[in-house]
Amino acid sequence: MKHNIFARAAGLAAISAMTLGAGTALAKDAITIAVPSFLTGGAAGPFGIPAMNGAKMVADAINAGKLPAPYDSKGFGGATATVEPIDEGGGATKQVAEYRNLVEKRGVDVIVGYISSGNCQALAPIAEELKQFTIFATCGTPRIFEEAPRKYVFRTMGHATADNVAAAMYVKEKYPDLKGYTGINQNYAWGQDSWRDFDLTLKQIMPNSTASDKTQFPKIFAGQYGSEISAMSLDKADLIHTSFWGGDLEAFIFQGNARGLFKQKIGVFTVGGTAAYRLGKKLPDGLVLGARGPYGILVRDRDSALNQWFVSTYKNLYGTYPSGPAYQYGQAILAAKIAYDKAGSDASDEALGDALRGITFESFSTTVEMSLGGGHQAVTENGYGITKYDDENGENVVTDVKFYPGSCIMPPEGVNSVDWIKGGMKGAKC
Amino acid sequence: METFLTILLDGLQFSSYLFIVSAGLTIIFGVMKILNVAHGSFYAWGAYTAAFFIGKFSDMGMPDAMGFLIIVAAAIVVGVILGFVIEQGILKYMYDRDEVLIVLATFGLFLVLEDIILIAFGTDPYFAYQPMALLDSVELGGIIRDVYGLTLIAVAALVALGCWYLLNKTKWGTLLKAVIFDREMGISMGINVPLVYTLTFIGGAILGGLGGAYIAPTISVAPGLGTEVIILSFAVVVVGGMGSIAGAAIGSIIIGILRALAVHELPQVELFVVFAVMAVVLVFRPEGLFAPAKPRKI
Repeated sequence: MKHNIFARAAGLAAISAMTLGAGTALAKDAITIAVPSFLTGGAAGPFGIPAMNGAKMVADAINAGKLPAPYDSKGFGGATATVEPIDEGGGATKQVAEYRNLVEKRGVDVIVGYISSGNCQALAPIAEELKQFTIFATCGTPRIFEEAPRKYVFRTMGHATADNVAAAMYVKEKYPDLKGYTGINQNYAWGQDSWRDFDLTLKQIMPNSTASDKTQFPKIFAGQYGSEISAMSLDKADLIHTSFWGGDLEAFIFQGNARGLFKQKIGVFTVGGTAAYRLGKKLPDGLVLGARGPYGILVRDRDSALNQWFVSTYKNLYGTYPSGPAYQYGQAILAAKIAYDKAGSDASDEALGDALRGITFESFSTTVEMSLGGGHQAVTENGYGITKYDDENGENVVTDVKFYPGSCIMPPEGVNSVDWIKGGMKGAKC
Repeated sequence: METFLTILLDGLQFSSYLFIVSAGLTIIFGVMKILNVAHGSFYAWGAYTAAFFIGKFSDMGMPDAMGFLIIVAAAIVVGVILGFVIEQGILKYMYDRDEVLIVLATFGLFLVLEDIILIAFGTDPYFAYQPMALLDSVELGGIIRDVYGLTLIAVAALVALGCWYLLNKTKWGTLLKAVIFDREMGISMGINVPLVYTLTFIGGAILGGLGGAYIAPTISVAPGLGTEVIILSFAVVVVGGMGSIAGAAIGSIIIGILRALAVHELPQVELFVVFAVMAVVLVFRPEGLFAPAKPRKI
């Protein structure tokens, strides 16, 4: 009998413990979002810091339930998120080690961020191996979802093909008599892919213009472009394409401007948007400027409630208008909220992936369709404009802005970007 | 002819930038036998200090020409302060240690100084375009060149001339050469070697700072600035011969001209050229083209 009472008590205790444990798992009040971004190095100022600012601002607003409708519910599936900033600097090897550390030792719930294509390329297979729900925010190489199917990795903005196909289309519209073009791009995946897509697209849509046989690929963070500027000045090409970003972008603008390069040639800057607010009057007029999608200076005046909230809150908090990376990171954090709201704060990585896969959502400045790469790669519109300094207000503006729909500048599902462009961009809906 | 002139000017301009920085590196190695990785930080600190004060003075309405004074002052201040503190605070206690340990110590210093830059100046870049804008541009060889970039060639020539004069025409130069040739013999002859070391390190640091300060108006002065330059400077001193000023000058010119030639004629090999030159020199003359003669001790 005594034995029976003990057995019952032990059973009750076990059931109580299990119930309590289960209760804890179900009612997850807090989650940790690791946000990698460049916090050191040349990319920190123009990219990493605005990106981190955008992520924190949106996460804080979500925690407080202060985002405009339809995202005005508190938290991520009700849970309060802690943003853990991670420095993306140091190269892909370091980032792989850091990623493993975040997942295996620190047990973060979701990883949202990454700017460098090299890092994303290295981390996508690791995320799949560790089965970790991950949202890439900014990195651009199209290879991530074209080289292998992904289950746990998502990207919430368009890839480099969209930037460069849109740039080529804008060039065709604005400069139909273009005879020749050249380029200066950093010598790694991002720069090479960007030039390839721009060049291939122009070959398709402007067959009478010819590419220079002396396109420049300096080392990333080289900083000195005197010889390259001379070579491009002597080149017969009328137009220079560049996907330079960060300190390299600004150094090239300074050095090229001092040598009259942008008075002789049309400059097409696919990532130039980050320089618009930072360089002020030092940014030459007449550059073709992109922001890697509908972000930053290109969309500052869009009057949706979400965009107006984003612009005014960012300006109040950080004293400047938000550039592209701030939008892109904010958008990726928003996607995490949508996934958590749908799947629940205690959802598994698989459930979070299922919640985000293939959906369409309204972001701060555009509509995001997760329709490529099996529903893992976003499609958005992309646009370009021409720089002009507004003397009256003492700031740069862009004129002649034109946006191209995502279905016009990105390949259909299942088609490789390069094959799509080479095949004449079949199925493009412009 | 136009292309030849352009390649020559591009090459000389890049060589000048390399020479100013690598001259300091090679002087320090020649006298002290220290491969100073922290030299990249002198460059970065020179750039930051110059950019910061050029911006501040410009905001205060001072004439843009002040920028040139600030560049020189920034190089001297950075070189004297950092050079003195590092040599007296750390390196002086390591001279008897293995050379590899000293390299590791300077690498550690490089990382520390980079982080101090982040704390002191933040992550936002600094722009100091005023001196470059002041000098306008000129047409040479059919293309427009900024005069500021061309003055870099004159500055490098002045540095080379100054180094030559110091080493060959002054008492200090004689003392330096004696220490370079044989430190122990120098001590036994009554040379104050610790003082020579301190002044040499400060002099090298000033040259590193001058490289950064002079380049600052042409770039976006941002974190990580010192990394790229130290790699190129090592290539220059390896080609020219470690410890040789003439070697640094010739190494800079070889690398600068070949790189400019590659950029103009075969851009695909631009990255390869610098290190190909270094590899070839290492294969056929491992001590570099102009390595100083070493005493044979028995």
